[in-house]
Amino acid sequence: MSVAVGTQVAKARRGRRGLIALTLGWVALLLLLPLVAIVWTVAKAGLSSVTHTLTQPDVLHAFQLTAIVTVITVLVTGVFGVIVAWVLVRQRFHGRSLLNAIVDIPFALSPVTVGLAAVVLFGPGGWFAPFFQARGIQVIYALPAMILVTIFICIPFTIREIVPVLEEIGLDEEDASRTLGASVWHTFFKVTLPNIRWALAYGIALTTARAIGEIGAVLIVSGLIQGKTETATLFIFRAYEERQTAEAYVVALVLAGVSVGLLIVIESLRHRQEKERTRT
Amino acid sequence: MSTPIVVDGISKRFGTFEAVRDVTFTAPAGAITALLGPSGSGKSTVLRMIAGLEEPNGGTIFMGDEELTVKSVQERQVGFVFQHYALFRHMSVADNVAFGLRVRKESKQTRDQRVGELLDLVQLTPFAERYPDQLSGGQRQRVALARALAPQPQVLLLDEPFGALDAKVRQDLRRWLDELHRELGVTSLLVTHDQEEALELANQIVVMHEGKVEQVGSPGEIYDEPATPFVAGFVGAANVLHGEVVDGHVHLGSIRIPGAAHLDEGAAAAAFVRPHDVVVNGNGGGTDAVIERVSSLGWLSRVALRLPGGETLVAHIPNDDLHGATEGSTVRVDLRNPKAFMAPERDGSTLAS
Repeated sequence: MSVAVGTQVAKARRGRRGLIALTLGWVALLLLLPLVAIVWTVAKAGLSSVTHTLTQPDVLHAFQLTAIVTVITVLVTGVFGVIVAWVLVRQRFHGRSLLNAIVDIPFALSPVTVGLAAVVLFGPGGWFAPFFQARGIQVIYALPAMILVTIFICIPFTIREIVPVLEEIGLDEEDASRTLGASVWHTFFKVTLPNIRWALAYGIALTTARAIGEIGAVLIVSGLIQGKTETATLFIFRAYEERQTAEAYVVALVLAGVSVGLLIVIESLRHRQEKERTRT
Repeated sequence: MSTPIVVDGISKRFGTFEAVRDVTFTAPAGAITALLGPSGSGKSTVLRMIAGLEEPNGGTIFMGDEELTVKSVQERQVGFVFQHYALFRHMSVADNVAFGLRVRKESKQTRDQRVGELLDLVQLTPFAERYPDQLSGGQRQRVALARALAPQPQVLLLDEPFGALDAKVRQDLRRWLDELHRELGVTSLLVTHDQEEALELANQIVVMHEGKVEQVGSPGEIYDEPATPFVAGFVGAANVLHGEVVDGHVHLGSIRIPGAAHLDEGAAAAAFVRPHDVVVNGNGGGTDAVIERVSSLGWLSRVALRLPGGETLVAHIPNDDLHGATEGSTVRVDLRNPKAFMAPERDGSTLAS
């Protein structure tokens, strides 16, 4: 009988190993292979193609534009994310659950839809077009619209990271701070913010990754003006269309590198946050 | 330096739920007043209203001559200790204690000195640089107490401060808080559902039930002269015997329990008798009872008795006084110091443990 049990155990172990191998194979095939392909293509084209691409004014401008859009998006979603999360968790008001649901809309919408909505609002003949036209501000087919749609798409990340942490921390520490004489602002900066800092950082990292990689909405509102409204992802899109594949792959490799770097940052942040959470 | 707290007719509603209804009492200066009641009786809400963490829907609260109800939380300068410590988890023990002093912009020198004194007082000097998660529950609560005391508050409010601790630590901290209070003499309000804690620590007890004050009195008064059936049943164990008022006594079949002269003749009444007031083999107007079960509590025994009418009765009897009576024997039982009330609803006949 013990022999039978022994074979059962061996069978289960073989089954488990099979599953692990399957998972690893799946991950390698779907997630790593594309990265490997890009690295391989760039390596094959040689170092000269890298330096050639990365010194082109269009490419440099594209990276610069991506950086501007990303930094502004992170700042805006960071500040508003903290405020909205705080209101959602700490305040009780009519429509709170509605707001809670609305916050997730950007997750559900296709970025292309978001871009089209921006055209309806700010595009030629759009609702707000006369307002900005009268003031000589170019919104659509320019940086403002590109930033706006990116912000819209990135809104949920910080909020969704901070809300559960705020909920878990509860009100006690903030109450304690107030009974000790601290103002609302002092309480926020010295007690609440330090408690949500890793969640905020994690949210910012996710937002950055998303903002850098965004293409659908930006594609529609940018008007694709080469050297003017072309972000890094749009550059790749156009370069590929125009069969400048070497350039496209080099820029793609840079973006992939940034993403992998961010991924490492995100992972380490998550570890710190989990460590923090076990403290009570 | 200590000030009394006067709570005058405060009420609090949460939606349609009336958490606190017209509560009035005075916490004498320099004493410990316990707010005692089961969970949901509104005692914590009263405490939070005194601190300013909740706003009353009506009534006023005074600290000495100052009206507290018009002030913000920050201005009230009360020390508050939370059940779950509420320590700032990202700050060291020393920084936690210094928080209230920093807010008041005390100089670094004053701060360091005061933090040193307080950590000494709560016996945590070696732990100054530790973080809350590196401390035990009892240590954390002592840090919380030091933090609350640091800005020298006029009153100390403690919301179930030992509720999250295990029994042994709770006992130690209770004794330690008692000594600390003797030393500091700060007016203190202690919210607790633990009657033992209230009886041991408090100079005055406010018993609360369903948002209302049932009785205010010294621990002795609360225990020996309960003003309402709720207090009689909640504070200390008691047997509840239901009967009818006849001739100033509560009658249960053949048994007559005295002390019902103030009740209406013929009314349904409940008589409360403490387990240690049930005397076996007593002389005089006793009644027969059958011993159903005897369990040892050390030097005394917990004896479950059945009265002729079928009611059960729990008695705490010194082992010697049992004179060898065992389960099944019939003994003579006398009921001392019964407290009779108009019968509340008839739920279960015995509350004794």
